[in-house]
Amino acid sequence: MLPDKLKSMLRGPRAGQQASVPTPPPRALLSGKPPSGEAAVGERSSRGLEEFFRYVRDTSGLTILDLGPATQANINFITNLGHRIYTADFLQVLDDTFGLNDTVDQSNPGRIEYFMKQALDYPADHFDGVLIWDVLEYLAPALLTAVVDRLSQIVRKKSYMLAFFHADDKQDSVPYYMFRIQSLSTLQVAHQGQRRPAQLFNNRSLEKLFGKFESVKFFLTKERLREVIIKA
Amino acid sequence: MWNKKRDEEPPRSYTPPPPPPKPAPVAAPPSPIETKKEITPVSSMPVGKFEPPNSSASASIGKAVKVVGQIYSREDLYVDGEVEGTVEALEHKLTIGPNGAVRAGVKAREVVALGTIQGNVEAHDKIEIRKEAKLVGDIRTARIIIEDGAYFKGSIDIVKPEPKTAPKAAPAAQPASTPAASASAPQPAHASAGSGDFKR
Repeated sequence: MLPDKLKSMLRGPRAGQQASVPTPPPRALLSGKPPSGEAAVGERSSRGLEEFFRYVRDTSGLTILDLGPATQANINFITNLGHRIYTADFLQVLDDTFGLNDTVDQSNPGRIEYFMKQALDYPADHFDGVLIWDVLEYLAPALLTAVVDRLSQIVRKKSYMLAFFHADDKQDSVPYYMFRIQSLSTLQVAHQGQRRPAQLFNNRSLEKLFGKFESVKFFLTKERLREVIIKA
Repeated sequence: MWNKKRDEEPPRSYTPPPPPPKPAPVAAPPSPIETKKEITPVSSMPVGKFEPPNSSASASIGKAVKVVGQIYSREDLYVDGEVEGTVEALEHKLTIGPNGAVRAGVKAREVVALGTIQGNVEAHDKIEIRKEAKLVGDIRTARIIIEDGAYFKGSIDIVKPEPKTAPKAAPAAQPASTPAASASAPQPAHASAGSGDFKR
């Protein structure tokens, strides 16, 4: 008998069964911010972040893309290292493009093209690092493939990307956070609400997803979050 | 005579107001990450409350006004209307009000955005992007303050102001001037303070 944890690692991606992905509830219900206007924040150490900065901290003048909303902490941290930062509020563009209630299918090619133009319209080999955070979890398979393809084009060879994925593949909705960099290995996470993940991943499905990149490295945190370092 | 009446009044004793009741502590829900409550917006730098500009201190474009073209301002400028083109207030502060919609390249000493800017922004001193603001474009500035909730898409280049070059000292061969004259000579430390031109 295999332990449950090992079983779940060996199991194929739940997302691989695209047809069986249930219709998500209205996103407005899931993505609502805490009603009081307050957000729960916490600090935690991040091996993934430490690994990411190991590669970008010693060289100045790099170009880093942050797919989260613009935050003072991240801007200060990245620019204080001597880098140039681009921010693109990826989830905001996602909601703006596909609507709050998922009325437009994320596999519509026209919509995908429009979304790519809004969110990731950058020249090839433009970035030396990408902070993806947890945004890829909320993309349906067709859109996700298009986004990962575009990311592979806009990052330079030997550059690094940091992405987070929830490790629990039985969740119907997951908390989504704003990530603020506090130090080379510490993140402040501010809970922004709940979202239904369009797909959930295990190590094998992540390796497949980032198959065109040179390497993929995983760190599993005690909050059951997979931190993934992808090398282009 | 006048003071007599006041003297007849009985002395009033001061009674301090009762202290406000302390709020009851609220138990936090259990969580894998140690959490605390924060009130947005959060910024690592203090952000002052926005107050509309004093009309006598700056020029303003009202919310019912649309300007297409180039604006050069030699005083602080408040834009609460629509502007298309370019806006320059190189030595002054430019404020885009909550109703302001600027589709223009912007250059100013200081920029405060509460409305919408679509275009590249150069703020020699600093730029503040408030939580309701929307900015799409590239920013070059010495300092940036951005509130959580603000929408920003573009790049940020932090460019440190180039220190002003100190004027050359008088040649040593010349005879020493009077003490009063030497005291008024420019000091390099003072000359290097303050903002100057950009450098990449």
